[in-house]
Amino acid sequence: MQNQELRAIAVQVRRDIVRMVHACQSGHPGGSLGCTDLFVALYFQQMKINNRKGKDTYLSFNMDGKGEDLFFLSNGHISPVFYSTLARRGYFDVKELSTFRKIDSRLQGHPTTHEHLPGIRVASGSLGQGLSVAIGAALAKRLNGDKNLVYCLMGDGEQQEGQVWEAAQAAPHHKTDNLIAIIDLNGQQIDGPTEKVMNNRDLKAKYKAFGWNVMEIKDGNDMDQVVAGLRKAKRLTGKGQPIMILMKTEMGAGVDYMMGSHKWHGVAPNDEQLQTALNQLVTTGTIGDY
Amino acid sequence: MTKYTFTEKKDTRSGFGAGMTELGRTNPNVVTLCADLVGSLKIDTFIKENPERFIQCGIAEANMIGVAAGLTIGGKIPFATTFANFGSGRVYDQIRQSVAYSDKNVKIAVSHAGLTLGEDGATHQILEDLAMMRAMPNMTVINPCDFNQTKAATIAAANWKGPIYLRFGRPVVPVFTAPDQKFEIGKAWMVNEGKDVTIVATGHLVWEAIQAAEILEAQGISAEILNIHTIKPLDEKAILKSVRKTRCVVSCEEHQANGGLGDAVAQTLAKNFLAPQEYIAVENSFGESGTPAQLMEKYGLSAKNIVEKSLKVIQRKQ
Repeated sequence: MQNQELRAIAVQVRRDIVRMVHACQSGHPGGSLGCTDLFVALYFQQMKINNRKGKDTYLSFNMDGKGEDLFFLSNGHISPVFYSTLARRGYFDVKELSTFRKIDSRLQGHPTTHEHLPGIRVASGSLGQGLSVAIGAALAKRLNGDKNLVYCLMGDGEQQEGQVWEAAQAAPHHKTDNLIAIIDLNGQQIDGPTEKVMNNRDLKAKYKAFGWNVMEIKDGNDMDQVVAGLRKAKRLTGKGQPIMILMKTEMGAGVDYMMGSHKWHGVAPNDEQLQTALNQLVTTGTIGDY
Repeated sequence: MTKYTFTEKKDTRSGFGAGMTELGRTNPNVVTLCADLVGSLKIDTFIKENPERFIQCGIAEANMIGVAAGLTIGGKIPFATTFANFGSGRVYDQIRQSVAYSDKNVKIAVSHAGLTLGEDGATHQILEDLAMMRAMPNMTVINPCDFNQTKAATIAAANWKGPIYLRFGRPVVPVFTAPDQKFEIGKAWMVNEGKDVTIVATGHLVWEAIQAAEILEAQGISAEILNIHTIKPLDEKAILKSVRKTRCVVSCEEHQANGGLGDAVAQTLAKNFLAPQEYIAVENSFGESGTPAQLMEKYGLSAKNIVEKSLKVIQRKQ
């Protein structure tokens, strides 16, 4: 798929995000919008995904993930972008996005495996746990002789959790070189700018010191840069080190009034704000709202 | 009563090690993780024979639980091993989200549970782990009583689909169960049939219960002993059947009275059949340094205490 098509899908995913969050008047639009370009690039172009379809015409999903790339979302609160991407990719009906955060839904506030939503391999939301799980999945691939890759996305605020650094230490120690981790550097967290709440300081130097091969995506909301960055990361796998991508994004990217502030971390737009957002997110091509 | 004898004493953790050795040879999907306590967990043979299936995690238990959860995604059966103190409360949230809620086939196998850890003292003597793990949805909780039962439980755990908390201990204790026993998760073992009082025991307290029953027999009292090795799911049927007969119960565990086996039994009785119950358990207190035998005596977990509580509970019968 060409980058131009990815951009069109990303607009649609952003429309899904604001509509989902608006419909239940809760959820986390800011980080979801910021990571949309990454999710679309991964699921529609860069990741190797089992394309077999089940009888119900949706992608057949195997928890074991043997023979395909795996993705783990550690900062589970950006579930809207995850759910929309999975539905748009064909794992389940896009209409199901309307059940997000509502009673009896498979689309829980934070991703879970409990309701058997295809595409989710572990629960996340309590921060700091995803990288450890990704390492385990990567080690299982190695034991199984499976050459495919494991991706893991974390937040920058999440870097304040101690378990992240236990995992950061373990991945290079076990030479987990089939693992590509990504940190969403949007510089914001619930109580304000990350550097004011708890300064992460130099993550690049930290991960290098821990033994990672660290690279950067300067603008994680520029599809060309995201794609080029992921291509480069894949070239760096298999060389004895795990890969860390530090990816700068803008929280709320695509919706002007949500950008540049932590205020839209976990707040839903009202009717008027939704309309403003949708007017800014204009779809092209044949994709439509759910 | 049924006579139980022993020719040797062994630690239950060595039973776990023996079980892992066998699993290493018979089940290629079994992977072992450890947080810098290989010698204590007795998994040296497994590691020697299957070096590629051992993952040393260092002193980083939270990460170990997550790595174990991830390994299941490739079809592995990981045993995450450490001391009970570091494999329960320290990593409760990791077990809750990445393992139990995510329905991952992780076995958390922990040694040095309870007071009998001994001289290291209260910092390491976890007495709340059964309560924590019982409260967790989707978790199976097992506390075997001797070397042979621990070995059998370890092998059964690998064949059971779903998360398990397998708890065992440090000191050598009599080996009195059959060497090649069948271990059925969730099924109580009738150690001795009796009619006057039911003694429900788990872990190291089973041998104490047998000794207590012998003392009681000499006084003309017939004690029924049920070994509840699986605290969750609890074999309610076996407990109720016994208590309906004896009409009183003494629960015995190396754990806090709050939230452990005794409370599980009490809950069952309250819902189904009211009968007086006495607890052999630690009463709202931390442990301390000492030899295992000294500690079991000081905190009221010996055969002598079981006899006293049995006489008391019989008195309380209507």
